[in-house]
Amino acid sequence: MSIRERLSGNEAAATAMKQINPDVVAAFPITPSTEIPQYFSTFVANGSVDTEFVAVESEHSAMSACIGAESAGSRAMTATSANGLSLMWEMIYIASSLRLPIVLSLVNRAVSGPLNIHCDHSDAMGVRDSGWIMLFSENNQEAYDNTLMAHRIAEDENVRLPLMICQDGFITSHSIENIELESDDEVKKFVGEYHPEHYLLDDQNPIAVGPLDLQAFLFEHKAQQGEAMKAAKQVILEVSKDFEAWTGRHYGLFEEYRLADAEMAIVCMNSTAGTTKAVVDRLRENGIKAGLLKIRVYRPFPAEEVANALSHLKAIAVLDRADSLNAIGGALFEDVTSSLYVENKHVPMVNYVYGIGGRDTTEKDIESVYTDLTEIVKTGKVENPYRYLGLRREEK
Amino acid sequence: MSDLIEIRWHGRGGQGAKTASLLLADAAFNTGKYIQGFPEYGPERMGAPITAYNRISGDPITIHSNIYEPDYVVVVDDTLLESVDVTAGLKSSGAIVINTTKSPDYLKKVLKGYSGGVYTIDARKVSMETLGKYFPNTPMLAAIVKVSKIMTDEALLEDMKGSFKHKFAKKPEVIEGNMKALEMALQEVHQVQ
Repeated sequence: MSIRERLSGNEAAATAMKQINPDVVAAFPITPSTEIPQYFSTFVANGSVDTEFVAVESEHSAMSACIGAESAGSRAMTATSANGLSLMWEMIYIASSLRLPIVLSLVNRAVSGPLNIHCDHSDAMGVRDSGWIMLFSENNQEAYDNTLMAHRIAEDENVRLPLMICQDGFITSHSIENIELESDDEVKKFVGEYHPEHYLLDDQNPIAVGPLDLQAFLFEHKAQQGEAMKAAKQVILEVSKDFEAWTGRHYGLFEEYRLADAEMAIVCMNSTAGTTKAVVDRLRENGIKAGLLKIRVYRPFPAEEVANALSHLKAIAVLDRADSLNAIGGALFEDVTSSLYVENKHVPMVNYVYGIGGRDTTEKDIESVYTDLTEIVKTGKVENPYRYLGLRREEK
Repeated sequence: MSDLIEIRWHGRGGQGAKTASLLLADAAFNTGKYIQGFPEYGPERMGAPITAYNRISGDPITIHSNIYEPDYVVVVDDTLLESVDVTAGLKSSGAIVINTTKSPDYLKKVLKGYSGGVYTIDARKVSMETLGKYFPNTPMLAAIVKVSKIMTDEALLEDMKGSFKHKFAKKPEVIEGNMKALEMALQEVHQVQ
């Protein structure tokens, strides 16, 4: 029986961490994720968790401490945003290559510069090729649920990869909304205990962690990381199925919203998907066949499944909340276009970079995208595939 | 979401407009509603204009953007009336609630001919008489509940008793004053004719 509550996204993430009660949390505060370690340190002080809380002096140290803790055989978690993740960057790759299932709560914020504290996905996109599993969350509920599922996925023997749960800075992290929580006991039962096969403090089976890995083996080890990432897809589906049997809340690799009979669709991630749902509902009332595909699992990218779910459409708009500044298009756009191309499906596609630095994305903005798509459906032509949405100037 | 109610708060940093929006979300949540309560974060400092928002509905709320066409606007500080376009997008079927003692003529001028309901309350008087200090957010919370009829007066008082007990766990001496502020504010909010 779920518990009806109202929490902000940060409170939801911190509550999930409290219920998971990991062995170690090492964190350094940064807006807008600061509240997560702040609330968690209160749980430690109150004795509601028995976690070792390490108040480190930087994010580089936060990730390093998590790596040390996981190598030793314990469960470690952290939280950060934007430049905090940038400072972790060196250790982010160490964590995934050592196959340590660390769980990180990433509250998405624009990476400087110039300095901005508001939401975009440039922080997440900076580590999209680092070998971390990346789950995106539309709201506080999904941030909570994804966190509860995180360890089961990351620690699976076929995966053994670190995992980050993303949610939109301020937009969901600081918005109080309804949420269904599960009881501490049931969370504990679902998450289970962590018994790693190999760990540093196992004196019966000594191992080395992080030695030199040159021409003879690094390639093979990278390929193994790649295989683990591919295997993660199935594990995510299995864990999500168990989660649904327990809570009744369904999760797949992505959410299809009124997509099956749609003519055109938006593909996006996090909170904008919620705004898009409201617009889709309104357009449907007017007989416009609009749909949405919301990516939940961004890494591993479910290429084949995405291609199949989108192949019947007459026009697609992919929304990127980070500009790759590469003269081609945003990262999600490139992933979706390659997915369709490799599956030998062709649908006219257009990319919108939106919401940079916390620029508000309104229902009107989303509606304008569907208006553009209607035109593309009519003509079959995409004049300029790399566009901006909500930018304060006339497009040239 | 036909019963969706959207509220925009205008205040100055330090007056508790954000807290009031969160308390309103709390109170509506306790009546069984779906709620959102969120401030528009900027470079906040004491005295700077701030905006906060509420969505309240009988159905789940998926929209995650600021509110541009609110049903109600609450102005916690009337010195904002000349510098912020407080009625921007405000539905004529809705209302604006202002903490002020200014004349109806003045309000008519600064509200640029807004045709919906205009309500005022002297939150300073309420706050000084009940709390002995100027905290306008508690009276304004009662005022918006009264005007929007999100819940009954009794439901608000009952719910806030619990919330204040929790919020002021370390300052229980202020609970009574805040309850009195709510009760008095429910009587002191008047429509401008």
